[in-house]
Amino acid sequence: MIKVENVGKTFTLFNQENTSIPVIKEASFEVLKGDCVALVGKSGSGKSTLMRMIYGNYLTNEGKIWVGETNIVGASSRAIINIRRHILGYVSQFLRVVPRVPTREVVAEPLLAIGKEMDEAFDIAEKLLERLNIPPALWDLSPTTFSGGEQQRVNIARGFIRNYPAILLDEPTASLDSENRSVVLDLIKGAKSKGTAIVGIFHDESARMHVCDRQVDVSNFSPKLES
Amino acid sequence: MSELLLDVTGLSKYYGNRIGCADVNFDLWPGEVMGIVGESGSGKSTLLNCLAGQVEADFGEVFFSTRSEGMKDTFQMSEPERRMLSRTDWAFVHQNARDGLRMNVSAGGNVGERLMAVGSRHYGKIRNKAVDWLERVEIHNSRIDDRPTAFSGGMQQRLQIARNLVTGPRLVFMDEPTGGLDVSVQARLLDLIKSLVREMNLSAIIVTHDLAVVRLLADRLMVMKDGYVVESGLTDQVLDDPQHSYTQLLVSSVLQA
Repeated sequence: MIKVENVGKTFTLFNQENTSIPVIKEASFEVLKGDCVALVGKSGSGKSTLMRMIYGNYLTNEGKIWVGETNIVGASSRAIINIRRHILGYVSQFLRVVPRVPTREVVAEPLLAIGKEMDEAFDIAEKLLERLNIPPALWDLSPTTFSGGEQQRVNIARGFIRNYPAILLDEPTASLDSENRSVVLDLIKGAKSKGTAIVGIFHDESARMHVCDRQVDVSNFSPKLES
Repeated sequence: MSELLLDVTGLSKYYGNRIGCADVNFDLWPGEVMGIVGESGSGKSTLLNCLAGQVEADFGEVFFSTRSEGMKDTFQMSEPERRMLSRTDWAFVHQNARDGLRMNVSAGGNVGERLMAVGSRHYGKIRNKAVDWLERVEIHNSRIDDRPTAFSGGMQQRLQIARNLVTGPRLVFMDEPTGGLDVSVQARLLDLIKSLVREMNLSAIIVTHDLAVVRLLADRLMVMKDGYVVESGLTDQVLDDPQHSYTQLLVSSVLQA
């Protein structure tokens, strides 16, 4: 479902004497349907960068990244928008929303975007919020004022509201208590059993062991720094 | 869905020897929102005004998908034809609501006037539709007979949006729609614009210098400098992994709130 082939990435800082910072070189791995692959490696090794490249959020300089039938590298903006709408979900660590929009609607948004009826979409959103222990009193409020853990659960609800064929998870259990953590792990397992291909970053090792089938050490893709 | 709504090729505008905007190319599909960012004087408003036919361009073509005749070059249209387009399928939301409203006409009249311009004559229907739209932009119907001079800046901006959208346009040009408003009012306006885009399958071209606004509203982004588009692409990609020195400077210059 997701196939990363000889991928390389260099950041160039044009305003700082064109400094080039190579971060990833010859990265290759594959994620099949129903498979969960963890990206591991020490901080700064490029886990998030690689994940953002798969999402099309960062450009890729070398190689190919297949999501389904599409090579994300060099794909048009529209093709990437289309893939994000229908194929590839992403739970990031940050919640970026239009202020004032109620939580229920923030969560239902991926369904509304594909034309689902509002009542139906809200229904599904509420069930998911309930499962993630977000109290109904908060559903009408904007999540911008929520605590870190609540915002993260809103993000997770939003990511899991659809059965995407593939999903990227950036620290989905980071600031959660054990009860919510196990709800999230159940959601991940549920998605796997429906055939979703998952790439995740989990600092929480026991969570990683619990849901991931394999791990890919991103440090192996670090370019040798030449002085 | 994949049918073109707007197709722009080689659009250029010069003010004497000075470049307004030069060699701009892009296209837009129904339901898409394009953001244009850049510092003042970068040509973004010139570009918007040329696209909307408010300023005459020197070179280039702007094809728009008209309802009756398919793709048509708006620069080659007759004046009445273009005027009709700007009353029906197009809308222009000015930064300063005063430029887009009639200040000595009531709020209801401001909305109704657009309807009358496209041929509505039944007073009751016009008034009902005006009430409906004022409600959608959260202006209480007790204010329908007030003039916009009695409104706050944020209300004026919402009224301008109601006036523009009442005729069900397919393409909206917006020039700094949230500029000069309080952040709380801005949020309300962003929410409004976003839901209207979704509900009406509107396309929009939004000029702003506020990167947070385009991140929330625009699917795609063009970055302008000295009249040229220096970078374009998927909005979050351009903002998070900019490939041009000017965009990098722009993104890194934003103050973190």
